[in-house]
Amino acid sequence: MDEGLKSELQKAGIFTTTLNDLYNWGRGNSLWPLQFGLACCAIEMIATSMSRYDLARFGAEVFRPSPRQADLMIVSGTVTKKMAPQVVRLFKQMPSPKYVIAMGACAISGGPFKQGYNVLKGIDRYMPVDVHIPGCPPRPEALLHAIMTLQRKIAQDTLHQNRRKEEEVERIAALPVPEHGSHDLLPPKHDVLWHPEPVQRS
Amino acid sequence: MTDCSQNLIDAREVVQALERAFPSAHIAWEENLSPSAQHAIVLDSEHALECAQWLKEVSPWEWDFLSNVTGVDWTDEALALQAKARIKADPSVDPESLPKEGYLEAVYHLYSIKNILGPLILRLRTANRENDVSLPSLTPVWRSAEFQEREIFDLFGIVFEGHPDMRRIMMWDDYEGHPMRKDFVDVDDYEYEPTPHDAVLKRCQERFVDPANGR
Repeated sequence: MDEGLKSELQKAGIFTTTLNDLYNWGRGNSLWPLQFGLACCAIEMIATSMSRYDLARFGAEVFRPSPRQADLMIVSGTVTKKMAPQVVRLFKQMPSPKYVIAMGACAISGGPFKQGYNVLKGIDRYMPVDVHIPGCPPRPEALLHAIMTLQRKIAQDTLHQNRRKEEEVERIAALPVPEHGSHDLLPPKHDVLWHPEPVQRS
Repeated sequence: MTDCSQNLIDAREVVQALERAFPSAHIAWEENLSPSAQHAIVLDSEHALECAQWLKEVSPWEWDFLSNVTGVDWTDEALALQAKARIKADPSVDPESLPKEGYLEAVYHLYSIKNILGPLILRLRTANRENDVSLPSLTPVWRSAEFQEREIFDLFGIVFEGHPDMRRIMMWDDYEGHPMRKDFVDVDDYEYEPTPHDAVLKRCQERFVDPANGR
């Protein structure tokens, strides 16, 4: 429906909407995050959910302790190579639709620990990330902004595309959980997701 | 609150008491040349456990609290550097008396809660860095050593004899090598770095054709 006409009708006291808008409105405003934290970013995430920042204003305050009941994964903190398989397994166990927020420098890229021996260089090697939040750690306002960004992203979905998008995410989620090798995870990344910038080795 | 300067203990007094209690043990006093001047007692592996037991339960200080255990990897090069500093500080030191072959070391920091004393620092040294890397575990004496000795085993590769549960604690079980060893070579998984600097730049220069641009 034309936005101008919609606005005119609204002035006359007639509210119109579409099934698509209602559907996205419902989805975007009742995100249920998975309740888990990995490092200091988790402390900021906890602060966000408490009364001062009040995540409930955005309908995402119901943190679930089970992946079966959650649809948003906030990867809040450093993902070590030892922890990565468990995080990927939790992602696999979430029902569709599932969204991922990578919170903080570590979850995005490994952060200050990137060149270390035990830290994953970003969670987007194993799962499709919807919103990245830079910061070390990001302030609660940044997490609120990420939730709002995700809601805007959800609002742009259309009913007939949804199924295809979800299937794509499920295909990635169906890839095997990485295993521990002698020094690194096997595989070190899912090739469909992560294409590092090529380097020439001497 | 007591005066803090009263709480520092002269490690030499403890060494003398230990020598009296265990005449057959080889107990050395290790001077710390840094401003902290936290001198240490070096115990030999054979008598370390009974010395520790004595320090906790019999000695007049009653070292009842183990606050920290950590590891040190002394390579041959590190020992040579240390020997140089030691001779510079005191030219009368016999260079032959200083250790040359590298070893791994476990450092224990003890306090006495009862007598408000500390820290007392114990050091245990392995025979070398390669094949003889076991030390007696002090977990039977101070229970708080359990996880920290596991951590040292994980990261430095010191095997603690008599430890109730000698497994890796940080890295996964199939991990190879001990990452805090000076000669540990980590996996070559360097990627494009937009702004390489310091140690990362050095690694880029070693490995990449165009290190100035991080590739």
